[in-house]
Amino acid sequence: MKKITEIRKDFSILSTSVYGKPLVYLDNAATTQKPSCVIEAMNEVYTEYNANVHRGVHFLSDKASEAYENAREKTRAFLNASQKEEIIFTPGTTGSINLVAYSFGERFVKKGDEIIISTLEHHSNIVPWQMLCDRKGATLKVIPVDDNCRLVFEEYTRMLSKKTRLVAVTQVSNATGVVLPVKEIIEEAHRYNIPVLVDGAQGVQHGMNDVMETDCDFYAFSGHKIYGPAGIGVLYGKREILESMPPFQGGGDMIEKVTFEKTTYNALPFKFEAGTTNFPGAIGLARAIDYLRETGPEYIESLEKDLLSYTWSALSEIPGLKMAGGSVPGVPVFSFNLEGVHHYDAGMVLDKLGIAVRTGNHCAQPLIERLGLDGTIRASLCFYNTREEVDTLIEGINRVRDMFF
Amino acid sequence: MTTDEVQEQITAEFEAFDDWMDRYNLLIELGRELPPVDQAEKTNEYLIEGCQSKVWLVPEFRNGLLFFKADSDALITKGIVSLLVRVLSGRTPREIKNANLWFIDKINLRQNLSPTRSNGLLAMIKQMRLYALAFELKNPDKTA
Repeated sequence: MKKITEIRKDFSILSTSVYGKPLVYLDNAATTQKPSCVIEAMNEVYTEYNANVHRGVHFLSDKASEAYENAREKTRAFLNASQKEEIIFTPGTTGSINLVAYSFGERFVKKGDEIIISTLEHHSNIVPWQMLCDRKGATLKVIPVDDNCRLVFEEYTRMLSKKTRLVAVTQVSNATGVVLPVKEIIEEAHRYNIPVLVDGAQGVQHGMNDVMETDCDFYAFSGHKIYGPAGIGVLYGKREILESMPPFQGGGDMIEKVTFEKTTYNALPFKFEAGTTNFPGAIGLARAIDYLRETGPEYIESLEKDLLSYTWSALSEIPGLKMAGGSVPGVPVFSFNLEGVHHYDAGMVLDKLGIAVRTGNHCAQPLIERLGLDGTIRASLCFYNTREEVDTLIEGINRVRDMFF
Repeated sequence: MTTDEVQEQITAEFEAFDDWMDRYNLLIELGRELPPVDQAEKTNEYLIEGCQSKVWLVPEFRNGLLFFKADSDALITKGIVSLLVRVLSGRTPREIKNANLWFIDKINLRQNLSPTRSNGLLAMIKQMRLYALAFELKNPDKTA
């Protein structure tokens, strides 16, 4: 096992200072830092074998294509998907969800149909479905949550009907760290043969990356939230459904034959990868996946579990601190408010103490409103954070309380 | 005092402190001192919604001068709001339109006015200038 000090050396940005204070980076749910091997892998693409993939007859293009397709294979193995063709590279979770909302929607959603999402969704798993419903005259149904931010499952089972075309839910609420019972949601939907899209943006980095285990029909995630580069994401889809969906965007690489009269489309996964893709990003993402495997998923899980319980008990002791998610979150993401302090004020003071947190509605306005709040302070940790950093956060929060009381 | 003189005064008050926490304490104090806008006036008409904090800005045109009352739900934001009110309230529309708000850079508050900060402050300055323009257009003789 790598010691935490060794792990932190892999992420050189963690040892920088801000405003003369050591950086305490607790905004990992927004984006994670990248280990040097990921940065090097991407540098290698540009310095050693940059060429357009799937197009050239020459050496560099072959090498880039091979690395890109290897990245696809690594992603397949990481997700435990059965076939490489089920892995589509996209610009990110948002891109993946929009792809499904458009293509699946074109083929399967018509007037009077229903799409089900939950109250816990990020805007990117709300708005694409609203746009689809507007386009088709379909209805968006929203599974409610209770005051503790937990999904009301009975309401969900009641919502499922012959009109339901798709269920789209997140694994983990980005705003509160609450984990959803995704496996049960899928089982229930599958009883009626309704496919389920899982937004994995906040779950993939916490060991919830097995699509075979949950049996989801679509899985979307972003590279930048799992220690990979920004601008690359993944859509996993079961082959049968992907085959039945029309292409999303038209362009190069997604075609088989083009004439002005008619175009026939390329096979999976290329059908959904129009234009030159972000192949350096995909290669960087694959390196991040390797890094996680080398570090050890179980070890990472144990580090995060320790941080979760340590942070939870430390935060629980602060007078006037109220957690937005009610009880203990399932991942080390803590969303809270301090009595009498605006979340934005708190974020500004913490920033000047070198502590990076996120404040506001976390792109989940309907949830924040449902909880009767106008925002929260969110500290999101991952395996490279330390107990000492949590102590610094707690000191910072106490400092904030002193300043505003 | 001219807008420049007020800005010089503000700069001197802030430059007395090196530490960011002391500067924030000063902003908090200024925020607390700024009289709140009446609840009745906190309507959508006067609301400048940022994605993080809200600002209310109420204009009043009196004797050729434009006065502002302002408020925010976040205290540090309110402190910065109070500085903008101090520089721009009670001036002619032309002064407001033409004022160069250099003190923002001088006391390192620029970060709080970047478009992505979305605390409503940048929009507040724009709104103050828009009110100035609107009053000038409506009352061409009084503001000449």
